[in-house]
Amino acid sequence: MQSERLYPNPAEIPNSTAFKAGYLVTKNAGWRSVRPVIDAGKCVKCQQCYLYCPDGTISPEIAVDYDFCKGCGICAKACRLGAITMIPERGDADA
Amino acid sequence: MAVADKLDAREFFFGHKACAGCGGSLAVRIALKVLGERAVATLPAGCMSAVGFNFPQLAFTNNAFISPFAATASVMTGLEAGLRRRGETDYHIVGFAGDGGTADIGLQALSGAIDRNDNIIYICYDNEAYMNTGIQKSGLTPLGARTTTTPGGSRSRKKDMSAIIDAHGIPYAATASVGYIDDYIRKVEKAASIKGTKYIHVLAPCPTGWGIATDETVEIAREAVDVGVWELKEYENGIWTTNIEPKNPDRVEEYYARQGRFRNTGRKTQNG
Repeated sequence: MQSERLYPNPAEIPNSTAFKAGYLVTKNAGWRSVRPVIDAGKCVKCQQCYLYCPDGTISPEIAVDYDFCKGCGICAKACRLGAITMIPERGDADA
Repeated sequence: MAVADKLDAREFFFGHKACAGCGGSLAVRIALKVLGERAVATLPAGCMSAVGFNFPQLAFTNNAFISPFAATASVMTGLEAGLRRRGETDYHIVGFAGDGGTADIGLQALSGAIDRNDNIIYICYDNEAYMNTGIQKSGLTPLGARTTTTPGGSRSRKKDMSAIIDAHGIPYAATASVGYIDDYIRKVEKAASIKGTKYIHVLAPCPTGWGIATDETVEIAREAVDVGVWELKEYENGIWTTNIEPKNPDRVEEYYARQGRFRNTGRKTQNG
């Protein structure tokens, strides 16, 4: 281990332009024209949708993060049981 | 054990600005979930750095660096040496470069790193063109594919990166596809367990550049393997082994027909 610090002390870096990793200021929900809806009755939690989501918006417990889901529809196709339906955002009262 | 149990439940690449249905972002997300928070990512100019670092939106929750375009593997070499010098253990240096950043612009840096056998995992996410800058042809664009610089279809064949890599005598190399995620996870895991330079080339379809729907990314990545256009294989001890045999080699026409980039270009594709 180095006893002497060879790199700047993070506390000395001006904090005006430095943020913690994973700092998110905008959501991606507005990109979506369709949203995935999971039928809990049909879902057996095989986690295929969780594995194949490019955005990581489906949790291992199979809950969709609608703040960051872009509505690509990969999850609906990955689902072998047809438990995921893509429904249009427009006309949906909850949208 | 279910495949998903091998992954870190946390997301290390989240909130990024990749197009909906992006294959490259799936490759990055899954690799980081295999390698965990001690993975240090290096990304040259390309889609993944463009969508991951939109200041102040910081999509990576592990350490991640943007390298000069031509220097991905060299920066990885430096990071690895630096961490070793600091006495750190239990880390992975992983690079995510696109097809252009790997086969064209970053080739000599990669060649040097393999030559030195630096302890790094280099992952090339291959979307078969310079997608980030507006779909220009790269060395890995397949024959006949339309890009903005080859409006009549590419006139050259896809560079054989596997042959270039194995000519170096690398400890471990593999091809993968985001359509076969279990196979990809296993290969990243294996790469993490081997000392020396590891190279994984993952086919990552791009809905925007390929002219496919956003929900077809995984399907088409799987189909590429099934019809035999993209071979899933591994290189160890000087030998390539095929992992998944093509199931439907007679349906290769369908693979080309469903992608906008091969339509009406009037050129032959790799398979006729």
